[in-house]
Amino acid sequence: MQSAVEVKGLTRVFEPKKKKEGKSVTALNKVDLRIARGELFGLLGPNGAGKTTLLKILSTLLLPTAGKAFVAGFDVEKDFTEVRKRINMVSGGEISGYGLLTVKENLWMFTQFYGMKSSVAKQRIDEMLAQFGLADKKDEKVRTLSTGQRQKMNVIRGFVTDPEIIFLDEPTLGLDVNASRVIREFIVDWVQAKDNRTVLLTTHYMMEADQLCDRIAIIDDGRILACDTPENLKKLVKMNRTLKLDVTSLKDTSKFGSLTGVEQFTFQDDAEKDQTHLKFILTDDSAVTEIISEVQSKGARILSLQKTEPTLEDVFIKMVGKGFE
Amino acid sequence: MTDTWLVTNLRAIRGRAYPRVIGSKRELSWLFFDITLPLLTVSAYAYIYKYIQAPDEFVGFVILGGAMTAFWLNILWMMASQLYWEKEIGNLQLYLIAPISRMSILAGMAVGGLFMTAIRASATMVIGVLLFGIVLSFAQPVMLILIFVVTMISLYGMGMMFASLYLLLGREAYHLSNLLTEPVYLASGLYFPVKALGFWAAAGASIIPITLGLDALRQLFYPGSGAEYGFLSVNTELAILAVLCVAFLWLSKYSLDYMEKLGKTTGRLTLRWQ
Repeated sequence: MQSAVEVKGLTRVFEPKKKKEGKSVTALNKVDLRIARGELFGLLGPNGAGKTTLLKILSTLLLPTAGKAFVAGFDVEKDFTEVRKRINMVSGGEISGYGLLTVKENLWMFTQFYGMKSSVAKQRIDEMLAQFGLADKKDEKVRTLSTGQRQKMNVIRGFVTDPEIIFLDEPTLGLDVNASRVIREFIVDWVQAKDNRTVLLTTHYMMEADQLCDRIAIIDDGRILACDTPENLKKLVKMNRTLKLDVTSLKDTSKFGSLTGVEQFTFQDDAEKDQTHLKFILTDDSAVTEIISEVQSKGARILSLQKTEPTLEDVFIKMVGKGFE
Repeated sequence: MTDTWLVTNLRAIRGRAYPRVIGSKRELSWLFFDITLPLLTVSAYAYIYKYIQAPDEFVGFVILGGAMTAFWLNILWMMASQLYWEKEIGNLQLYLIAPISRMSILAGMAVGGLFMTAIRASATMVIGVLLFGIVLSFAQPVMLILIFVVTMISLYGMGMMFASLYLLLGREAYHLSNLLTEPVYLASGLYFPVKALGFWAAAGASIIPITLGLDALRQLFYPGSGAEYGFLSVNTELAILAVLCVAFLWLSKYSLDYMEKLGKTTGRLTLRWQ
């Protein structure tokens, strides 16, 4: 199947405006990447890692210094018109549009740049405004919107033209929990609604990447350091996974230490509460099922369960050598 | 998408023209600033001509010049600097990733600006004519329309070319707008017949379409005045304006393509605060 995005040896060097103003900066350094159609792909990296530069090249706003980039099978340098027919882009903190236009007018204006028929565009805008809870704001001037409402409008602007591939550059940047949640849910629903829809998302938020993305590439200093599913990326980190259980008083704990996948086992009886606290260090997640079965076979009842495992942040720190600034 | 390239681009022109058209309805402060203030300037010149007992045509020349001033100011302060502002507010990159000709965006700006400015210029004309009791001839309506249309296309073609150049110049472009405001009032003969500057000065100023367009309109509104006050014959001016039309539209396309290529190469096309 044809890739949504394919990047081969992509390099981008920014030269200073004048020689004496500083050194050249390599924003992307021989990047190779392939994103399949239908994927929700995340690009995770600190400021200046090269995420936005990559997005700008893929969205035909910037030329690579070396290497090749293809979007929907088209070369971004030579076939940029074909690329543009199939893409759209939304950036976090975007202030696009005109403040004196209403929300609906503003969105309509952008649909016209994609040649959408007015009646179709207006119907789709109404539907999406309702979906984002902005229906009552459609006749309000854009300049009266809050940051969250404005960003929802920007997201609608990007999706209303129904692109095959959408580039989202930190779309929930600076938004409150509710606005972020609405946008994240929409993105997931949108990708799943049709087979060939693809999202390339850059984000600072580990949780967002973990929650949304099928695969994630970690980028730093213009290089892709790792690229895999969130689960597989987490496996790269040699870190103990722990399982803590509070159960009703348990007399026999002799078998827990020898269960497959359990590296270490400790317990503590709490006579006052008539409970036993169990703590396991696991080498294999499959041990969780066996532990629960063993607890139940002893006639005890599970009161609480807590499992900790490596996060994307741990993966990121391992790869990049530092956390986000 | 089954629509043709032409339909898509016509929709884009309509889309980009819309904010300008609707803006004239929503921000009514322009009624005072863009009609009353130019009328004060026009009135000052009109009273000077009346006081020195200049021929009656001169008051009409001034009012026509005042109306055309609105178009020149629109070109300099709205059209030319618009792409730079679009970059600053983040719209430019959204225009550039759209599957349309960049000329459609500029054409949309031009159509919107022309519509808005035409209302202002008409208001200046109507109030000026009523205030000073001017009588204009409409003996050649087709030629009047033709001259006006060709002047506007070439003038806004020039504005479209400026828009690309200003984008490259960034904030420094404001100095250029300042530089081109008052001197053009003089060079294009906005308040007097350009012929008074002498042949070579008037010929040089003819690169600005408003110079010949205004001169031709004055000759048409005042039949018979051409021999004494007209710079070139109306037909010659029409022919030159037609050439300017093609030249400025081509140059605007060329400069826009050049600007986009340069911007994509240097990476400064969508960088703000340049």
